[in-house]
Amino acid sequence: MVHVRIQLMAHEYAYFDHSATTPVDERVLAAMLPYFSDRFGNPSSVHTQGQAGDTGLSSARNLTARILRCDPNQITFTSGASESNNLALVGTAFARREETGVNVLISSPVEHPSVLNTLKWLESAHGFQVQNSPVDIYGRVIVEDLEPMLTDKVALVSVIYANNEVGTINPVGLISKLCNERGIPLHTDATQAPACLPVDLQFLPVDMLTLGAHKFYGPKGVGVLVHPDPSPFKRLLHGGRQESGLRPGTENVALIVGLAKALELSVQLREETSHKTTTQRDRIIQAVLEGIDGVRLTGHPHERMPHHASFVFENLESNTLLTALDLEGFACSAGSACKVGNPQPSAILLAMGYEESWALGSLRVSLGRETQDEAVDRFCGILPAVVERLRSANPVGNS
Amino acid sequence: MTGKPRKIAVAMSGGVDSSVTAALLSEQGEDVFGLMLRLWSAGPAHLNRCCTPADVARAREIASQFGIPFFVLDAKEQFKNVVVDPFIIGYAQGFTPNPCISCNRSIRFGFLLEHALAMGATHLATGHYARLRSLDTQVQLLRGVDPMKDQSYVLSVLNQQQLQHALFPLGELTKSEVREIAARNQLSSADRPDSQDLCFLGEQDYRSFLVGHGAGGLQEGRITDPDGHDLGQHAGLARYTIGQRKGIGISGSEPLYVLEKRTSMNTLVVGTREQLGRSDFSLVNLNWVQGYPPAPHQPLHVQVRYKAREIACNLSAGDGSRTTVHLQQPLPDITPGQQAVFYSNEQCLGGGMIEL
Repeated sequence: MVHVRIQLMAHEYAYFDHSATTPVDERVLAAMLPYFSDRFGNPSSVHTQGQAGDTGLSSARNLTARILRCDPNQITFTSGASESNNLALVGTAFARREETGVNVLISSPVEHPSVLNTLKWLESAHGFQVQNSPVDIYGRVIVEDLEPMLTDKVALVSVIYANNEVGTINPVGLISKLCNERGIPLHTDATQAPACLPVDLQFLPVDMLTLGAHKFYGPKGVGVLVHPDPSPFKRLLHGGRQESGLRPGTENVALIVGLAKALELSVQLREETSHKTTTQRDRIIQAVLEGIDGVRLTGHPHERMPHHASFVFENLESNTLLTALDLEGFACSAGSACKVGNPQPSAILLAMGYEESWALGSLRVSLGRETQDEAVDRFCGILPAVVERLRSANPVGNS
Repeated sequence: MTGKPRKIAVAMSGGVDSSVTAALLSEQGEDVFGLMLRLWSAGPAHLNRCCTPADVARAREIASQFGIPFFVLDAKEQFKNVVVDPFIIGYAQGFTPNPCISCNRSIRFGFLLEHALAMGATHLATGHYARLRSLDTQVQLLRGVDPMKDQSYVLSVLNQQQLQHALFPLGELTKSEVREIAARNQLSSADRPDSQDLCFLGEQDYRSFLVGHGAGGLQEGRITDPDGHDLGQHAGLARYTIGQRKGIGISGSEPLYVLEKRTSMNTLVVGTREQLGRSDFSLVNLNWVQGYPPAPHQPLHVQVRYKAREIACNLSAGDGSRTTVHLQQPLPDITPGQQAVFYSNEQCLGGGMIEL
């Protein structure tokens, strides 16, 4: 192709969508590169080249286990958080029903689609019964309401650690205590957390934990499921003996090495990054709530991820706002999938009790390591004017 | 270009005209972004030919070729309500609607323009072949220089507010010049054929579309001559259009043409070519581009279909809000539902819907 001008924007462009994905840290990229060339061997091979691959894989597993404070045998590498969630839920649900006959699956209405839709499928295609724990106005599971649901019919509980859309942190520690007492396996989708919250199994005593590398400056296409050893799962995939047979197929060594390196860096940089983004986040929250009418903060004011601010605007359509902000040089998100023109309100916001007229106008701003104060200032300066322009826009008034 | 770049939204379709529009403005150094409408279609088997997934992919590719942001707006529901539904209802009432008219008025220069302005654009550029001329505070609408491609007809429904924000960069060019520019820029749409027919019909013809959508006007009825003599049976008034000769299914001593569709009686009136022509008809929903009617003695021409030739005429006030058009010579195919558009030389003055 001739005449390609790669010039994304005429002016500065700030990426405020770290809850969607993050750029790969250059140290992570450097750690991965040898496994595409010098050390390309298949970890299952006997020869030196194969051993190089196997060494990379087991070092990555050991490093990951050390950071997550669990045994290396509890680590299964997957293609990402969605696969980890599927394996945890489907594997556990079938195994538990086979062993004990229990068939109730408990979750919350603020889960990621990879949890929600997996549970729906288990219900509609396999006869499990799915129950949702109520959430409060902040999108947080109400532990007092959850407790009586934990009967001897429950096969598993799955609760998101920190919600992607509204940033609220769930009381997973409390929930895990209740589940442990009753011998119910607890899974948490902690995908949003590693860049900003502690995720190790000593801090979060869960049975299963899901992570995806691209949310913490690692590559896309690789994730982890932490689980008990030996794993109690029913096999979903069939093939070789890789990943203890849970995930047959030649391991993606380079991406796995990248995940481990990214996790290591996240823990090292977490405090510094969280401190910085908390200040920037609070500046945005203050500017929005003080400078704009008809807006509310969604999610918990304090019990939320330090890099995450989310709002709903009355009388405003999310994707129009996102497009206008994109043209002003800011990549933001609504936190939910809606279409410009025919918007659908976010199911999570509706579950939290927002009316449709508010739920249509959601905005998520998620900051990162590289977010500059100047970009935050520019954003705070420009957002009120953009919102005002969008709200008053009906130029020809004939549609 | 001199001065600060203007922020311009380009309505993109993946086709050659809108792609060249984006290319030209981008080359001139304007601050351009692309918008594409996702419009209603009659289902997966009949994709809207304005916006198939392949078209969206092509438009996106062209936008990235020029390094411009590109967004898709969903207008399915609005398009169904203001374009498709009136099309179906219009046929049931004996009209032959032109949905491109309502689309330009309410979707392209309504929904799309509103979104473009809200997103911070000062202008909306489209690939229409028409020209704009600013005179004092007024914007005049002129025919495109390529007589084969001129699209001022479908823009005759726009008002000053809409035109103040409009740009038609292709109006000064011929289609072959546009194709050359596309080829020079290696735009992947350079060799795509021009679009034909109504976008939302997909691959079906309008009659099967109407049948499929339970439109009225499809019940069989009588065919008569102008004096009421029974000549046979018709297959549903919506299947016929004024001036039509082929496909009526009856034969006379000389060729017969559709003269009139009497919806109240479900009767199709046919007659000879001499009986077909008429010199007077009335209009509703009249729009004057300038915001006011032309001076009483200004020489006017009228075009009664998109591709019809223009005929000299004058106007008089009719009943109520109607306006009556008097043609200097009769025309055989004046069709209720179509748009009559007025011109003074190159200038498009406006128009209204024919109601007879």
